[in-house]
Amino acid sequence: MKVIEDLKYAKGHEWVKVEGNRAYIGITDFAQDELGDIVFVELPDVGTNLDADDILGTIESVKAASDIYAPVSGTIVEVNSELEESPELINEDPYEAWVAVIEMADGSEVANLMDGAEYEKFCKEEA
Amino acid sequence: MNRKLIFEISGEGKKGYSLPPLDIEEKGIEDLIPTNMLRDIKPNLPEVSEAEVVRHYTVMSRLNHAVDVGFYPLGSCTMKYNPKINEDIARLEGFTSVHPYQPEETIQGSLAVLYELNQMLCEITGMDQITFQPAAGAHGELTGMLIIKAYHDNNGGEDRNKIFIPDSAHGTNPSSANMAGFDVVEVPSNSRGGVDIQALREMAGSDTAGLMLTNPNTLGLFEEDIIEIAEIIHDAGGLLYFDGANSNAILGITRPGDMGFDVVHLNLHKTFGTPHGGGGPGAGPVGVKKELVSYLPCPLVGFDGEKYYLDYDCPHSIGRIRSFYGNFGAVLRAYAYILTMGAEGLLNVSETAVLNANYMMEKLKPWYDISYDRICMHEFVLSAQRQKKQGVSAMDISKRLIDFGFHPPTTYFPLIVKEALMIEPTETESRETLDAFIDAMIQIAKEAKEDPEKAHTAPHIAPIGRLDETKAARNPRLRWSPN
Repeated sequence: MKVIEDLKYAKGHEWVKVEGNRAYIGITDFAQDELGDIVFVELPDVGTNLDADDILGTIESVKAASDIYAPVSGTIVEVNSELEESPELINEDPYEAWVAVIEMADGSEVANLMDGAEYEKFCKEEA
Repeated sequence: MNRKLIFEISGEGKKGYSLPPLDIEEKGIEDLIPTNMLRDIKPNLPEVSEAEVVRHYTVMSRLNHAVDVGFYPLGSCTMKYNPKINEDIARLEGFTSVHPYQPEETIQGSLAVLYELNQMLCEITGMDQITFQPAAGAHGELTGMLIIKAYHDNNGGEDRNKIFIPDSAHGTNPSSANMAGFDVVEVPSNSRGGVDIQALREMAGSDTAGLMLTNPNTLGLFEEDIIEIAEIIHDAGGLLYFDGANSNAILGITRPGDMGFDVVHLNLHKTFGTPHGGGGPGAGPVGVKKELVSYLPCPLVGFDGEKYYLDYDCPHSIGRIRSFYGNFGAVLRAYAYILTMGAEGLLNVSETAVLNANYMMEKLKPWYDISYDRICMHEFVLSAQRQKKQGVSAMDISKRLIDFGFHPPTTYFPLIVKEALMIEPTETESRETLDAFIDAMIQIAKEAKEDPEKAHTAPHIAPIGRLDETKAARNPRLRWSPN
């Protein structure tokens, strides 16, 4: 299982990469491995306002459909529409295949998320 | 076996009929139908002989697995045997030749069936009135959610927008609540596989519309705290919805009405022995407590002491949710089933279904992991985590079971159990069948250790081997085309 040290992580197995006010959101290597082959990604609309823990989108695999939760509050300013045609990109490189970008309403929420080491520990407890 | 598509068997000029010459003057199609109504291009229909058509469809029918062919332990689906006497009853001419637009006095028998089955299902569930309109379970859920919404809107609860649903629930529950306009709030399970009532208590409040619950739940476990759960929801001003998918575990033993539920759906195609596979059609009647009767879809069937009539007096009705009176053929089969079984027979159904599931669970416990070690109800959930570590997944096990002539159990559900295999034997299987399935599961567990490749490449003897499910989902090819 691959965990990138510099990213932030949420309990729903989303990763967050912060660039200024913008937060890139994706799902972790652990999540894509649990889901198996991903066949569909439902992306949010640009402009949607979300609170932290609101449903941001849905990922469907051959096993199950799972919600992706917003790790931080804010507005969706960009989505990775490449995933509509090629959902397998998440399986191939989950930390490259971001799902959406949230313009954060409150940057301090990032402090509530786990760092790489904490997330690794969290996954071990879950398994 | 010839497995070509019927279009591939087609040959120009072949046909399955031969008509004698006409004794009147023959007319061309242009003389009978205006040319602007005629197709420019002929439809691409296969040209085949009668024998070819019969063989084609007979061969296809033999490729299916069905309850009438073999064991079908698909968890939460209650694939019990469908007694053939129900088919005889459903084919009585008095039922098959009626039309829903006939005057009431000429369809008294059909109305009596609806009226009496209403009474029977009310007695079984502890509800006060049933609608037969919903065509299946999820349709019943939507109906129930719309009723709860209409009730709140009509009683000053327009702001009640939250429906609680446990994380073990059927996927249809959140979908139905969402379609009715509610926000879905997931309730975590506790360490015994039941609703975490502490968490529920903290979540319930003035915006609570209700709770959807399956009992026994999808882990095959009875919600022991159901009375307290009902109190929490009712105290907050919400209503309780019972997903009746697992009713085969509780007939004659307990009733959703007594547990505190306000709205209930039943799946006649699960619990009451009506056909389930091949599209059914199903039936998902919804029952309610008396405060909610006026919200039911219209019409209901009444009886004035002499004759049955359609009652259109439903002031708060959510409106029709299906044409006419539901899937009457399914309703009729369920009516025949209940009369055949009787009260004692139905109790025996649930007792045997629960016994069968526990027998299998105990026999398989040494070989597979179990997340919640409790006495189960009519079904149980194994986890193939041990086998997964040996390289054999729950999906591999399911596929390998096909080689033994069994339909796979429900796989990867409920979502809260890793590598889940959900097994529901039903009451209609013999001890010998249960043992044969147990033996197959044990053999597969042994193979996982010694020869995992056997499961990876299964099924080996099915008409079609392992499918590429990812490709089928990503790039489905659903239609044959001539090019």
